[in-house]
Amino acid sequence: MSEARIVMDAKSMERALNRMAHQILERNRGVEGLVFIGIRARGDYLAKRLAAFLDKLEGASDKDRLPIGALDITLYRDDIELVRPEVRTSEVPGGTIANKSVILVDDVLFTGRTARAALDALMGYGRPKSIQLAVLVDRGHRELPISADYAALKVETARGQEVIVNLAEDGKNDSVLLK
Amino acid sequence: MPEESKRLKHKNLLGMGDLDREDIILVLDSAVSMKEISYRPIKKVPTLQGKTIVNLFFEPSTRTKTSFEIAGKRLGADTINFTGKSSSVVKGETTLDTARNIEAMLPDMLVIRHECSGAPQMLAQYLKCPIINAGDGAHEHPTQALLDMYTIRERKNRIEGLNVAIVGDITHSRVARSNVFGMTRMGAHVTVAGPPTLLPPGIEKLGCKVTDKLEEAIDGADVVMMLRVQLERFETKLFPSLREYSERWGLNVRNVELARPDAIVMHPGPINRGVEISPEVADGPRSVILDQVQNGVAVRMALLYLMTGRS
Repeated sequence: MSEARIVMDAKSMERALNRMAHQILERNRGVEGLVFIGIRARGDYLAKRLAAFLDKLEGASDKDRLPIGALDITLYRDDIELVRPEVRTSEVPGGTIANKSVILVDDVLFTGRTARAALDALMGYGRPKSIQLAVLVDRGHRELPISADYAALKVETARGQEVIVNLAEDGKNDSVLLK
Repeated sequence: MPEESKRLKHKNLLGMGDLDREDIILVLDSAVSMKEISYRPIKKVPTLQGKTIVNLFFEPSTRTKTSFEIAGKRLGADTINFTGKSSSVVKGETTLDTARNIEAMLPDMLVIRHECSGAPQMLAQYLKCPIINAGDGAHEHPTQALLDMYTIRERKNRIEGLNVAIVGDITHSRVARSNVFGMTRMGAHVTVAGPPTLLPPGIEKLGCKVTDKLEEAIDGADVVMMLRVQLERFETKLFPSLREYSERWGLNVRNVELARPDAIVMHPGPINRGVEISPEVADGPRSVILDQVQNGVAVRMALLYLMTGRS
C-alpha cells in the first residue's frame, strides 16, 4: 500500500464540522427536539463537537444544552454470528428518542452496515420523529441502500484503501488520512 | 471493523475454576452494557436470533430459571424450559439419557440445574453443546457468584481488598463455595462463618478465613452475605431449633451494626424471613437483595453472549 495521504487537517475539520452544524440548524429550522447520538467509537466524540457548535450558534445556556448520547452497535452487527467483540455501553439521554429528531453521527460512512445496525439499535428506544445521518467522511462503496444527510467530506476511494480518522479526544491531532 | 473477539477461555462454565481473573472481569464488564438493555422501552436485541437455549432444571428454581429465560429472550434467543417434574425423569429416564435426547434437538446452549453435585461435569464429558452450571447440589453455582460480584462492584466500585463475610449453612451452600472461589481470586478477604455442624472441614484451603462466631465475621465487614438454612438438604438434625438458630446466627438490626457503616447486606434467596435474616434487615437500607436479582439477568446475558460465539 502507498503512503498515507492527509485528506483533512485540523483546521479544515473544524471548519467542516462548523459548516455541518449550520446545515443541521438550517434544515431543522432550529434545535427544537434535536438529540445528537454518536456511534462508538469516535462518532460519540463528533456528536459532542457538533452539539457544541450548535449550542454556541444558538447561544444556549448551560442548562439548555443539546442532549447528547452514545450508541454501541455491537449487538446489532450482521456478522455477530462470527465474532464476539467487546460490548460497550449505550447512553441515550432520558432513555428514549420518542418524538425526537435524532442526528446520528459517525466518523466514516463506508458499506452502510454500521449505519443500518445503528438504525435498528435506535428503534429500541422508541419511535423518533426523524433520524438524520451526519458523517465526517463519506468514502463511497455502499452495500446497503443508505445515504448521509450531512457529510463534511466526500472522498473517492478504492475499496481496499483505508480511511483513518484521528481525533484529539484520543490524544491525536485532528486529521483524516487516506491510505 | 477488524475488532478482536472477546471470549471466555473455556467452552463450559461448570464452576468458578473455569474462570480466571481476566474472564471474570470480561463477564462483569460486559454485564454493565447488558444491564442497560433492560431499561430500554423495547428491551430486546437481535444478537442471539436463531440460537436455542435449553434450561434443563432437574431441581426446583424460581430466580435462576426465570433469570436465564429472560436473559436469553432479551438477547433474541429462543429459550425452552425443561423441569424435572413434568418430564420423563418421573418415568425413570436417566439424567444422561434426558440430556442426550435434548441435545439431539440441536440446542446452542444447555443451562443445567441438578440436585446432584457434579451432574453438569458428568454431562459435559458426553455432550458437545456448551453447558452452564445453574447450581449442582452442594457443589457450585457460578452464575450466582458472578452476579454477587457484579453487585458488590456496582456498589463498592471494586472487589479487591474488601472484607466479605459469608454466614450460615456453609456445608450445603453451592453459593458459598462459588463465591469463595471467585472473590478470593478477585482479591477480597473472605470469612465464612456458621455453627460448627454447618462448616465443612477443609474449607479454609480455598483461601478464606473460618470462624464459628457470627460477630467475628461481621465485625468490620464491607459485605455481609447471609445464606439460607437449607433444611431440605439436612440428613440429620444439625442444630436444635430454627428459633435457636435465628437467635445465634440470624442477622438483625443490632448485630448488623458491627459491620462497616456503609456495608451492604446480600442474600442469594429464597430467604427464610426471621430465620437467617430479620425482615427489618432484609428490607432495610443496606439490603441489595433485589439488586442481586436484577443484576443476575445482566450477568447471564453477558455469559450467553460470550459463550455462544464459538464455531
